[in-house]
Amino acid sequence: MAHTATTPKGMTFGEAGCSLVFVAMAFLSIIIAAKAYTPEYAFHAYLYAAAFGVAAFKIVDRYYDRPNDLPPLTINGKPNYNMGPVKFATIAAVVWGIAGFTIGLLIALQLAFPALNFDTAWLSFGRMRPLHTSAVIFAFGGNVLIATSFYVVQRTCRARLVGDLAPWFVVLGYNFFIVIAGTGYLLGITQGKEYAEPEWYADLWLTVVWVTYFLVFLGTVMRRKEPHIYVANWFYLAFILTIAVLHLGNSATIPVSIFSPKSYIVWAGVQDAMVQWWYGHNAVGFFLTAGFLAIMYYFIPKRAERPVYSYRLSIIHFWALIFMYIWAGPHHLHYTALPDWAQTLGMTFSIMLWMPSWGGMINGLMTLSGAWDKLRTDPVLRLMVVSVAFYGMATFEGPLMSVKAVNSLSHYTDWTIGHVHSGALGWVAYISFGAIYCLAPWLWNKKELYSLKAVSWHFWISTLGIVLYISAMWVAGILQGLMWRAYTSLGFLE
Amino acid sequence: MSQETHEQIDAVTGVSTTGHSWDEIQELNNPLPRWWLWSFYATIVWAIAYCIAYPAWPLVSSYTKGVLDWHSREAIVQDLDALKAQRAGTTAKLAHASLEEIRQDPELFAFARAQGKAAFGDNCAGCHGAGGAGAKGYPNLNDDDWLWGGSLTDVEKTIRFGARSTSDKGHQGTMPAFGRDGMLKRQELAHTADYVRSLSGLPAEKGADLAAGAKVFAENCAACHGDKGQGNKELGAPNLSDKIWLFGSDKATIMESLWNGRGGVMPAWSERLDDTTVKALTLYVNSLGGRPEALRTRNGHSAVGNERPAGNCRPLALTQIKEGPQSSS
Repeated sequence: MAHTATTPKGMTFGEAGCSLVFVAMAFLSIIIAAKAYTPEYAFHAYLYAAAFGVAAFKIVDRYYDRPNDLPPLTINGKPNYNMGPVKFATIAAVVWGIAGFTIGLLIALQLAFPALNFDTAWLSFGRMRPLHTSAVIFAFGGNVLIATSFYVVQRTCRARLVGDLAPWFVVLGYNFFIVIAGTGYLLGITQGKEYAEPEWYADLWLTVVWVTYFLVFLGTVMRRKEPHIYVANWFYLAFILTIAVLHLGNSATIPVSIFSPKSYIVWAGVQDAMVQWWYGHNAVGFFLTAGFLAIMYYFIPKRAERPVYSYRLSIIHFWALIFMYIWAGPHHLHYTALPDWAQTLGMTFSIMLWMPSWGGMINGLMTLSGAWDKLRTDPVLRLMVVSVAFYGMATFEGPLMSVKAVNSLSHYTDWTIGHVHSGALGWVAYISFGAIYCLAPWLWNKKELYSLKAVSWHFWISTLGIVLYISAMWVAGILQGLMWRAYTSLGFLE
Repeated sequence: MSQETHEQIDAVTGVSTTGHSWDEIQELNNPLPRWWLWSFYATIVWAIAYCIAYPAWPLVSSYTKGVLDWHSREAIVQDLDALKAQRAGTTAKLAHASLEEIRQDPELFAFARAQGKAAFGDNCAGCHGAGGAGAKGYPNLNDDDWLWGGSLTDVEKTIRFGARSTSDKGHQGTMPAFGRDGMLKRQELAHTADYVRSLSGLPAEKGADLAAGAKVFAENCAACHGDKGQGNKELGAPNLSDKIWLFGSDKATIMESLWNGRGGVMPAWSERLDDTTVKALTLYVNSLGGRPEALRTRNGHSAVGNERPAGNCRPLALTQIKEGPQSSS
């Protein structure tokens, strides 16, 4: 048995295949850049070429540096977790978060002081607004989801992530997509679909990355050493799978040419609108809700050191949520050309979603029974609990606003924007802050955060800000709605 | 290797766990909260009831109509009919009175302007701005510089049939492309542009040959714009001497006008709007552009008619224009 001591070094199939494909793609990108119809598209093609080139080089470079064997799945019977990609995504989340919030502040100021677009198309409100929404949802939120899902799935399955290059491909590939999307907004490249603005070549790349993400996650779950799958992983899996389906359906386009950034959506008219909001609402339902409920289900019991309140509730509300969310999209198109029957379905399913959503809130909050006193001393737990409270509020407000009579007042007003922020900032960002504050010491083997006092300041300042924000938007939105429907005594709109 | 633990009783709550453990996270075996479950059932019952009452489920070539037989298009028609019924009496008076009669009747005039303002917001504001202040190439309706005349009958004709529109009765007359079509040389046009600027007292550039410009103007432009550039409302040729500019007073813009010509289009609104609405719009738009009575009360001086149609007065001072839509309120 002389061969067992060392195995001869050889490239894995992934290393050889990826480096070859990346080199080929780098050349293709250079050709596209040379023949691109617009300089903006050429810039993106060069970015692709650079990314593919660097990736191929890093794979080969890493091959020469690494030991003959790939990292083992277990060391002394304990799982050998792969935390590198988790660390990268965690840092990326913080960086993108700061960028996204800053742009949000800029566009808010632009509404009051239009001169702040500095008379350049790049910084105009029309380009900055989708940059803000995508930066906070997909760049910040997306990296939090990737980081926590890769962390949680390993810990709760007691298994190393599947794949050697694949987890890194997911993390780096996703962030490359963010760079293409973000610079695309600045350059004015858009397919004009809400929350799905990046053009066809960014969409195709995201598809490859996302399918890999799905396979890595699913493979890790299948490799688990636990008899059952933890609830957080159900939510993560639902989020990853559904987002893939939504992305493929909504972004189905036909490019003008491989040398042009422009493409045309295959859907037309009201069908396009319906597909858009089927996608848009489920981006809320599966990206911003299911994914972050997964975070809640791991990080709150972990931080509170208490069991999850009710296993049965988690099953029922999971399946109810998954089944009903997918129908709710038409409530974004009340009183439009969308047929009445579709509007009815969107509204009734939204109402039925109320309790499934609150099931998550109950499970999150009641998990603290026996540990409420920790809220006094632990600002990280406080962030996450307030986040769940905002989740409860936003998921009550959502069904309320989906009622046609309410919607006829609230639609197109600032109330909608206030509602989005109570969900996206109050719920999504707060649970993310909590998760990042938990993850950082765990990932870098520190006893505790650098300063809990700073977390406490973060908590109070942002809570005050968000409460003021939402209240101001309620008042403004309801007033707007009332003014739009105001008639003069002569019977004409004021 | 399984970490499966046996069901335990949680010391704090006294509830048993499910016996699972993931990374030391356990689950309690609490039942569904009753209030939660019954609320969930209630929303489902409500949803079913709503689906029975209203249009809800798609079928092969139709959909379930609902027992209330409600339809959003019919609902809107009913709303509009109710509104029409409320306005019916005044609308009938408006339909039968002449423009001048309406203006003499304060109550009817106020109604017409209210309707005109609403119609203006729906149809005209896209080009002329919400307050009628116009934009480059789209005339400001608040001043008293009317391309096609500002009397009630002039304004009505412009709204009804448009300018360079699809209607045969619309205003015609375009500014030729003197440069593009090779009628004049660039140098001649440059002199003309300088001269045109001088008509309204704008300073000439260094080396401007105003005499040469005046010669070209007299031979090519005066036919429409008049000897002194005072304009001609028959042809929609703007007054060049009043410091009000449709496209801009800088030399480059004037050169562009001379080189490529101009010919902005206004649609013939009688093809889309009913007679009463056109009347209301006429009275509203005419009331924007400085009526003598409004000025007299505001500024204490009377209108000077000159060659302008009755019912109009001098151009408003810039400060007055900036105030936006003038109303008698």
